[in-house]
Amino acid sequence: MEELANLFHGFAVALQPYNIMLMIIGITLGVIIGVLPGLGGANGVAILLPLTFSMPPTSAIIMLSCIYWGALFGGAITSILFNIPGEPWSVATTFDGYPMAQQGKPGEALTAAFTSSFVGALFAVIMITLVAPLVAGFALRFGPAEKFAVYFLAFCSFVGLSKEPPFKTIAAMMMGFALAAVGLDSITGQLRLTFGVTELLNGFDFLIAVIGLFGIGEILLTMEEGLAFRGGNATINLRVVLQTWRELPAYWMTSLRSCLIGCWMGVTPAGATPASFMSYGIAKRLARRGNNFGKGEIEGVIAPETAAHAAGTSALLPMLSLGVPGSPTAAVLLGGLLIWGLQPGPMLFVEQKEFVWGLIASMYLGNLAGLLVVLTCVPIFAAILRVPFGIIAPLILVLCAIGAYSVHNSTFDVMLMLVFGVLGYLLKKCNYPLAPLVLAIVLGDKAEEAFRQSLLGSQGSLGVFFSNGLVSTIMALGLVALFWSAIQEGYSRLRTAMA
Amino acid sequence: MKPFVLNVALAAIVMSCANGTASRAAWEPVRPVEFIVPAGTGGGADQMARTIQGIVTKHNLMKQPLVVINKAGGAGGEGFLDVKTSSGNPHKIIITLSNLFTTPLATGIPFNWKDLTPVAMLALDEFVLWVNAEKPYSSVKDYVDAVKKAPSGSFKMGGTGSKQEDQIITVGIEKAIGTKFTYIPYKGGGEVAVQLVGNHVDSTVNNPIEAVAQWRGGKLRPLCVFDAQPMAYDEPIADGKAWKDIPTCKSQGLAMEYLMLRGIFMSPKATKDQVEYYVELFKKVRATPEWQEFMKNGAFNTTFLTGADYAKWVEAEEKRHEGLMKEAGFLASGN
Amino acid sequence: MSERSERGPAHKTLEIGMALLIGAFGLVVIFGSLKAGINWGAEGPRAGFFPFYVGAAIVGASAINLWSARRDDDGRLFASWGQLRQVMSVVVPTAIYVGSMPFIGLYAASMVFIAWFMRWLGGYRWLTTIAVAVGMPVLTYLVFERWFLVPLPKGPFEEWLGL
Repeated sequence: MEELANLFHGFAVALQPYNIMLMIIGITLGVIIGVLPGLGGANGVAILLPLTFSMPPTSAIIMLSCIYWGALFGGAITSILFNIPGEPWSVATTFDGYPMAQQGKPGEALTAAFTSSFVGALFAVIMITLVAPLVAGFALRFGPAEKFAVYFLAFCSFVGLSKEPPFKTIAAMMMGFALAAVGLDSITGQLRLTFGVTELLNGFDFLIAVIGLFGIGEILLTMEEGLAFRGGNATINLRVVLQTWRELPAYWMTSLRSCLIGCWMGVTPAGATPASFMSYGIAKRLARRGNNFGKGEIEGVIAPETAAHAAGTSALLPMLSLGVPGSPTAAVLLGGLLIWGLQPGPMLFVEQKEFVWGLIASMYLGNLAGLLVVLTCVPIFAAILRVPFGIIAPLILVLCAIGAYSVHNSTFDVMLMLVFGVLGYLLKKCNYPLAPLVLAIVLGDKAEEAFRQSLLGSQGSLGVFFSNGLVSTIMALGLVALFWSAIQEGYSRLRTAMA
Repeated sequence: MKPFVLNVALAAIVMSCANGTASRAAWEPVRPVEFIVPAGTGGGADQMARTIQGIVTKHNLMKQPLVVINKAGGAGGEGFLDVKTSSGNPHKIIITLSNLFTTPLATGIPFNWKDLTPVAMLALDEFVLWVNAEKPYSSVKDYVDAVKKAPSGSFKMGGTGSKQEDQIITVGIEKAIGTKFTYIPYKGGGEVAVQLVGNHVDSTVNNPIEAVAQWRGGKLRPLCVFDAQPMAYDEPIADGKAWKDIPTCKSQGLAMEYLMLRGIFMSPKATKDQVEYYVELFKKVRATPEWQEFMKNGAFNTTFLTGADYAKWVEAEEKRHEGLMKEAGFLASGN
Repeated sequence: MSERSERGPAHKTLEIGMALLIGAFGLVVIFGSLKAGINWGAEGPRAGFFPFYVGAAIVGASAINLWSARRDDDGRLFASWGQLRQVMSVVVPTAIYVGSMPFIGLYAASMVFIAWFMRWLGGYRWLTTIAVAVGMPVLTYLVFERWFLVPLPKGPFEEWLGL
């Protein structure tokens, strides 16, 4: 086992005191970056990239990847406490995490989120350690048609069944697609739906929509009840961590499934955000208490968090072995590698062993360190909910404004955020589901791009989506997911008929 | 407190004069300088900007921090408009790629490079014609023959972005050999290279840095470079071949030349002193070993131009882009 | 009819309003797509192809939502006027806050906004109010501008301070 020997050498590199120090600094900065909405992982890493130039490449990448882990952990905190996703992939965490916090169980939700993140990341790192070359070869088979199929599958497994009236779901989803289409059309290089407004060149950013719809919308809903609102007075101490841990093994099936979904989405590379939605959607269908999803089920926190981290971690694999970033943050890390003179690609694993295995070892250690850091802080985070609403609400609003601004450095986006906030409040009151809208904004333009790239390649023939085994399988899975409830019903009817 | 500060400042000036750096400009930034990147994080321009930021920080080349900001909306249009509207603000500079010309032409946004103050050309980015190493073409001639033999439009060329440099080169090749490609636009250069490795497209015109890893891994083969002379770097990369060994496309009968500007501009109405300050700064950046390493890794053409020469180069290039894009039908249709 | 203890706009009215609003948005999308070209060109769909059908779907779905909203007749309230006043007491100042940001910068606007919120809505003592209202922007400045080198919008006040 040459790999194992390399890995242990990697541990030796990562465990040098200097590198451990960088790891802890990185995790802490990452958590801060993850918590502050708008200052996402990609921005955070990009901002700190130049600071690492004076370090040796291995130390630099250890610190930067730890910022990345930290941001992954941190994104869940504001989602659970305030319904504001600090990162796109923690949107799905709000669905059950926020209700849990509202019911006075913020500690449980945070512990479940952090632990699941760790499990997902660990699973992905083990996969990277063992089967890196194999998986890298698999990723090469993904052309535009296959990518479209993956987006299609992610989408179908999330929508399909919901409690809201179907035409409201359609209206909300289509609004998401329309918003995603605004700006530059990447296939023809043409501007569309901008109506000559300079501010719309950028299109509608997902984060701004989410900060508005979820964060501001929630504050407005809370305001209906007046300022009497107080946070849950749950017992807040470290015991809650242990109690939650005792519960978690019961959900091993969800965890495993989410790990697999996450790794798959990270490698293909569709990224962490679709992975979290897909995992949530599938867990909702398959879990015994699936009907309770959205009302504060711990499983609804485990599923998206595990998948998001598994995807976020495995996204580094195509980056290292092929030079294709699986996420915006990975794209920035990739830039870092190039700046340090390391060329990601097939030769990196051969020529830069110390670097690659140092990085992989730091994934193990960084995640462990991250878990310890955030878990010890659970009581502190949970205690934030005890701050009276009259103080915390303006602070949240200011943070949201900063977040919306720093996405594109534009004050127009801040106004947009408020518009989305009011819209979110109205939509929620009128029973329009927000999640399909958000998912459509995330996946809309990517899916359309892949679709049209495929058609360019096939010269307009739709047969390209069923042209080989891989793409046909994924498309078929997508259709199954879409019509899952119908299939399930048919199956149960068949069984009663047989019996 | 005030007089003390003044003294220190005076002392600093005296010292700097005594040091003999006679060409020191009279103006210096008094606030953090925003370094706008009209492209997303992780791309070529972004990498260069952040490398410069790192070099400036590491070697203490500026008293004020240099802050990189990405404004990628509308194929970079957002970034250009931002600098255009910051007239008279000397604390804002922008790094450009070919979208300096292509974006206003293709989208019709109200912007022209003459709205900005040219500072310096830092380097030129090369383009290389790549094919998958499994394919039988080992020379430009084999490749051109294969393209001509295939039915029109069945040969797929992958590239970054739509109606931008990669597609312009593709149109140039089409014109040179009298055939049609199907051009498929992707988001990033690394992705394009991998699509070529996976045989989802038939050829690409990636920058050296985007495809070098796949070349070294034996997955891709460079056929020719779209420059007037071969690249300068003679260190072997793969199979004993160096960048220098890649012939120019012209010498192989494919008459197309294209280089992409990596240059710096600043806000409109900048004074001579202010431009001078940044020119000096970039001269210092270029002298660092880190910059030279970066140039070598990306096999850049290291031409450095300032002042009138730079403006003349940009002007000629703008004309050329307009001509190429007009022929290809890429101009905005009065949107 | 449910018992009405308080007055306020009917849920039905808002439902109808929402459906109309979303439908109008769909029309805008259709209009924009027509400008971008909605046909299927030689190289697959053109820029407006997808948005056009998306817009059409929005209009269609809104029409159905409108129809079902009109049938909806349970007399529920959307919210009482009192509740709406509470909501507006946040929306209006936030709108002023956001609208003034391009002119006076984020920091000054945030100070005023936090102070206003805590003093008039929260009813806190001046001391607490000022501590939070000043402390938060200062902390923000340190974290964003100094640590992470992320410039936030500034106004004449910061200019004067030379920040």
